[in-house]
Order: sequence, then structure tokens, then C-alpha cells
Amino acid sequence: MTVTETAVDTSRETAPATGARVLRDGLLWGGGVALLLVSVAVAVTIGPARISVPDVWATVASHLGPGEARLSPIRDGIIWNLRMPRTLLAAVCGAGLAVCGTVMQSLLRNPLADPFVLGVSSGASTGAVVVVVLGVGGGTVSISTGAFVGALCSFALVLLLSHTLGGSTDRVVLAGVAAMQLFSALTSFVVMTAADAEQTRGVLFWLLGSLSGVGWTDVWMCSAVLAVTLLICLGHARTLDAFAFGQDAAAALGVHVGRTRIVLLCTTALLTAALVSSAGAIGFVGLVLPHAARALTGSGHRRLLPVTALAGAVFLVWVDTLARTVLDPQEVPVGVFTALIGVPAFVLVLYRTRRST
Amino acid sequence: MTGSEGAGLRAERVTREAGGRIVLDGVSIAPPPGATVGLLGPNGSGKSTLLRVMAGVLTPGAGVVTLDGRSLADTGRRTVARRVAVVDQHAVTQVELSVLDVIRLGRIPHRRAWSAPGPEDETAVREALERTGLADRAGQSWHTLSGGERQRVQIARALAQQPRELLLDEPTNHLDIQHQLELLSLVAALPVTAVIALHDLNLASMFCDRVTVMREGRAVAAGTPTEVITEELIAEVYGVRAVVTPDGPDGRPSVRFLPGSTARAPGTG
Repeated sequence: MTVTETAVDTSRETAPATGARVLRDGLLWGGGVALLLVSVAVAVTIGPARISVPDVWATVASHLGPGEARLSPIRDGIIWNLRMPRTLLAAVCGAGLAVCGTVMQSLLRNPLADPFVLGVSSGASTGAVVVVVLGVGGGTVSISTGAFVGALCSFALVLLLSHTLGGSTDRVVLAGVAAMQLFSALTSFVVMTAADAEQTRGVLFWLLGSLSGVGWTDVWMCSAVLAVTLLICLGHARTLDAFAFGQDAAAALGVHVGRTRIVLLCTTALLTAALVSSAGAIGFVGLVLPHAARALTGSGHRRLLPVTALAGAVFLVWVDTLARTVLDPQEVPVGVFTALIGVPAFVLVLYRTRRST
Repeated sequence: MTGSEGAGLRAERVTREAGGRIVLDGVSIAPPPGATVGLLGPNGSGKSTLLRVMAGVLTPGAGVVTLDGRSLADTGRRTVARRVAVVDQHAVTQVELSVLDVIRLGRIPHRRAWSAPGPEDETAVREALERTGLADRAGQSWHTLSGGERQRVQIARALAQQPRELLLDEPTNHLDIQHQLELLSLVAALPVTAVIALHDLNLASMFCDRVTVMREGRAVAAGTPTEVITEELIAEVYGVRAVVTPDGPDGRPSVRFLPGSTARAPGTG
């Protein structure tokens, strides 16, 4: 008797619960997309030249549709060629880094994993710098290809190191820190050997990340890679959930562990490489944002990944706005602010989850 | 017991090496469908490895594991996971999960990429919750559960896979005696073929229909608890002296250990 009663109770409970869940998801999604659009529109208006939100809409309309250009060419140029690509790339970078962080944290079962901490960003920087500064490949190799090779090298090094050191999940982060130091040093060294004042200043760009001077090509390239990565990761959402209790548990749930790891780690390395070749190695976005998003959605990746991407996009749009305005007319590398905001946020996350270790 | 050739999950002369050491040395086991089979033996005798090979998580160096007569190697990983579920001795996660989240993991092999959980997934999860008596704990966080509750949730997760074979690797290891008894009576009552690695001979005698004893990678004895759990076998396999009397439930063997070791300790041979 009691069993049938419980059965009825739970079925009654789950029906409205799923309804509420759908509603909550809808609000989260709709709210997130709206917030991102508003953030981009408002962030574009902020800066030394005074521009209003209607100006932004008019410019976008005139470039994308039949709308008449109503602003002077200079103001139009500021919006369309300077601020717009920069703000959009900030959104793409934020989304991409946050997605990479989420996937790495789940696959490697370590809440500290992210492209920056694991040295993947530094490896990509080194690869890009080798192509740009040393001219390796004689112009046949693009910066992004160099970055991808660098990212894969550092990832391979991290996995190899952590395997030799015992393969436990905390070893992955230790190996990552070692790889990050190594590749940062290599990047600095390569840039310094070029001994050109302009390029020496560029070392900051590659090590801390900066979104200054990006153009539409960067936006298209990074958006395309982000879209592909998101699709692949969402296709693996179920599989990523299976890693919660480790790779053996995932294998026992029918997951091809080796194949999944290779596909997803290579995909995230590719995305990291694309982002780094356009914006340098921006830290802490991939580390912190997944934790914030999990607090909103829970740990199921089908709902977590899109929300992480949106949260990362909104976050970096605002942090970059801060970075380019706070010491105006001087610019602070955006990585300085992601770290200044990210570290306390991260300590908070660790503090809240301290019992689960 | 059904007599059908190759039915269920069987291992035939499986071998497995790790780091130059032979961990499994030609082990065969054919659990009768529906039975609860205990896997006994000292630490390092190959119990865990045998279970992992039978689950398809490890591949055998030689020999074959078959599911209804078909080799696991020729069966898709997801197909295997829909038939065979595994419960480890100590499940650890850093992910923030509720009891319901953990049990839902059991539906992963039944779902396709991109798909949302369907009504049959929810039904399976609800049945697993009820059978393990966790219906009122569904929303509770995994990290606030005791060891015994965590194992119960893992069994519920395994049941949500709707397996016909359940492999358990020392599931009672970290539990107090009350929870050990509770967990094993739950497993023994399940309508699945269960293979359980166990340390406690009395618990094995009490809850298992059959037992297989392993030593140094080989299956050295198999049969009903009464046939297998004897003073001679305990002396030979574990190297300790014991008195075995038919005092257990239904006249099953009951083991009482005596101080001191037998003349022939394991590993000296």
C-alpha cells in the first residue's frame, strides 16, 4: 500500500516540477540572450567618442540592411570598424573560454581546469609568437595554425606529464601550471629576441590577452570555430554527464572514454587556439564562469553549456569595456581585469564547495 | 539453470596482465541467470579486474567475455551498458549532484545524443528510487549522504540502467554492519543476475546462491556456499585457521576465525 502511495506522490511531484523547469530554462535562456544583446549595444556606446544606443542600431541597420547611413563616416567607422568587432569578439571569446573551461573541468574531473591554467593558452601564444616574430613557415603558416600547433603541444605535454606523475586529477593541474610557466617563458623569450620595442610591448598582449585592434576577420573566424565547438560539445552533453564519477564509471555507462577525450580535448584546443591567436591568452574566464553557471543550472551539460556560453559572453563584454575605459586614454590588458575579478570570485566558489572535496 | 547455451554474461578463460604481472590467469565464470554470485578471495586475487573485464571496461588479453553468446568486443559499448550495470566500492565525485541527478546518469546508455529525457526514462528513474527506498531523498545533495546512502544511490543508478546483469565490486567495503546487511539483502532480492566481490565470508554465505573463490588470478573453487566455504579452503586460500559450522540461515556455513596462521601461508608457494 505504502509503495503505491509513494508512486502516486512522486508522479504528481515530477509533472509540475518539469513544467516549472521548462519555464525556468526559458527565462534563463531568453533573459541571457536579451542581456547579451543589451550588453553589446550599451558597451559599444561607451568610450571617448559619445555615441547613443539608437546610433548603434542605425549603424548596424545601415550595414546589414537597406537602412540609410545617418552618421558621419568617422562616427560610423568608430562604431562599425572599431567598437563593434571588439565588443563582439569579447562576447565570442568569453563564450568560447567558458565553454572550454566547462568541458575540461568535466572531462579531467578537476574544478581548476581551464585553458589558461592547463597551459593550453600559453602554448597557443607560443605557437602564434613563433609564427609572427620568428617568421617560421615563411608566410605559408597562419597565426592560428601556429597557435593550434602550440595549443596541441602544450596539451599533449600536460597529459603526458600528469600521466607520468601518477595520473590523478590534481596532477593534471600541477602539470598544467608547469606547462603554463614553460610556455609563458618561451613566449617572452621569443618576443625579447626580436628586440623590437613595438614587439616587446606585444609580449603583454600574448601573456595577458587584449582585445585592442581586432577586426571583423577575427570575429568571423572565432565565431565559426565557436559555433562548431558548441555543436560538438552539445552533441556530447550526455557523455560529459557520464564523467561525473570518473572514466571507469563513464565507460560502464557505455561511453567510449578514449575517443570522447580525444575528440573533445582537440576541439577545445582548436577553439582556444583560435581565440588566443585573435586576443591573446585571457585567463580566469574559463575557470570561474562554469562554476557560476552551474550554480544557475545544475550540472547537466545539456542545460549548462548554453548558459555558460551566454554568461561568459556577457562577462567578457563588460570586463573589456572596463579594461578600455578605466585608465582612458591608456588601455589595460583585459586579462588583468579578468584576474582581478576572477580570483576573488573563484575563492568564493571554492569556499562554497569546500565540503565536497 | 535455464539450460540455454551461452545465456547471460559469461567469462571464458579470460587472461589479463598489468605491469608485467598476470592479474587474471584463465578465469571462467558463468553466473546462472537470476542468481546472486559471490566472488571471494584475498586482496589482489583478481576480483576487481575480473569484474571490470566482465563489464567491458577492460579488454581481456586472452579469452572472451560473452553476452548471450556474443563477444563483448563485438557488442557496442552502449548496448553492453543497457544490459550490464556496475557499482564500484567507493564512488567519488566533485560535481554538485542531487540523488535524482545521480540516478538519472543510469539513463545515459538509453538516450541518444541531443535528446532530452523521455517518459520511459522518468519511469525507470522513479522505479529505481522506489525499489531502493530513496523516493523521499530525491532532491538531497550527494555530498550530504552517508556512505551507506551513497551506495544505495549507486545501486538505484544501476537499476535505472534496467540491467539484467549487475556487477558489484566490494559494495559494502566502507559501510557499517547494519548497512552491509541492508545493502546485500536489497541486492539479493533484485530480479537481476548479480556478481558481487565480497570480503566477508559470512555475508557471502548468507546472501549468495553460488560463490567463486579466486586466488592469484585463478578461480580455485566454485559452487554453493555449503560446497565451497570449508575449513580446508579457508586455510588454503587465506592462510588462516577457521571453524566452519552449519549454523547460518537455512543451515548455511558460518565461519569463525581462530588466531594464528596455518603452516602454509599464501605467497610462499
